[in-house]
Amino acid sequence: MVKVALIQYPGSNCDLDALEILRDVVKARTDLVWHKDLANDAYDAYVLPGGFSYGDYLRAGAIAATSPSLRIVKEAADSGKPVLGICNGFQILVEAGLLPGAVLRNSTLRFACTWTRLRVETTRTPFTNKAQKGQVLEIPIAHNEGRYYLDKERIPELERSQQIVFRYVNEEKEPTEEANPNGSIDNIAGICNQKGNVMGLMPHPERASLPLLSPDNQTDGRIIFDSMMRMLRGSET
Amino acid sequence: MTPGSYVVEVIVENKPLARDPEGETIHQNLILKGGYKQVTGVRAGKLLRMNVEADSPEDAHAIVRKLSDDLRIYNPAAHTIQIRIVG
Repeated sequence: MVKVALIQYPGSNCDLDALEILRDVVKARTDLVWHKDLANDAYDAYVLPGGFSYGDYLRAGAIAATSPSLRIVKEAADSGKPVLGICNGFQILVEAGLLPGAVLRNSTLRFACTWTRLRVETTRTPFTNKAQKGQVLEIPIAHNEGRYYLDKERIPELERSQQIVFRYVNEEKEPTEEANPNGSIDNIAGICNQKGNVMGLMPHPERASLPLLSPDNQTDGRIIFDSMMRMLRGSET
Repeated sequence: MTPGSYVVEVIVENKPLARDPEGETIHQNLILKGGYKQVTGVRAGKLLRMNVEADSPEDAHAIVRKLSDDLRIYNPAAHTIQIRIVG
């Protein structure tokens, strides 16, 4: 049976939400692992949850990125295993160099906590294989530092290599300035590495995976976890 | 120069092309509003002041340069740093 590690850092605070979805909703055998206790690559997938690791000191994710657990995660990523970073988890993956770019303070200078619409830009990742390209998922954000940044001239390269996974869009599925909650370059909400097996996103799919938690009872966030499970169960047989 | 304790400052700021909304807000909504039209731009950043034991100021600078790169005191994708010996 596949085993997922959900890595807990000092200051993680969305770990239990993600645990509930992984264990009880998509039925993945999941261990909540303290980052210092992750001794070797003994899992099939790794999830880095949201929160405020090390108080966001220096920069969000910068200190957690030096945790030895990231060496294990990198090893797993290099061997093709799925690695998912949600919110602070995304920031950690960027700071650890597993994903390109930087995640800066919101252009509004305010903490943004709201529902967003995400357009699926690629279905090639283990986290979007159950979605349709162009499909819009409604998933909330909650962050102060979520402005994805990469030098403008590198965006076409990211696009060409299908590393842009989600963009913030409006009701007409257009990535407009109004639909961009934090000033991310090109409305980017989530990206993956070149291979596609490491993905980070600022929105919180675990907060949109139970009808009870969504304004209109939708469970769009589940697609991300269900996709991962499909990939993992597929590789099991 | 003599071995001793040096004060080294590291200034981290966004690269020129990465917008700095904090600096923009301080400029627009405080400084220009306060009538100081001579100020044509503001960048906000982060200052780290380190006390470093080293053989010389150059050595102290090199140590801080190395740790800034090794430990990613800044993210080169979005930031620049300046390192200066102040004492």
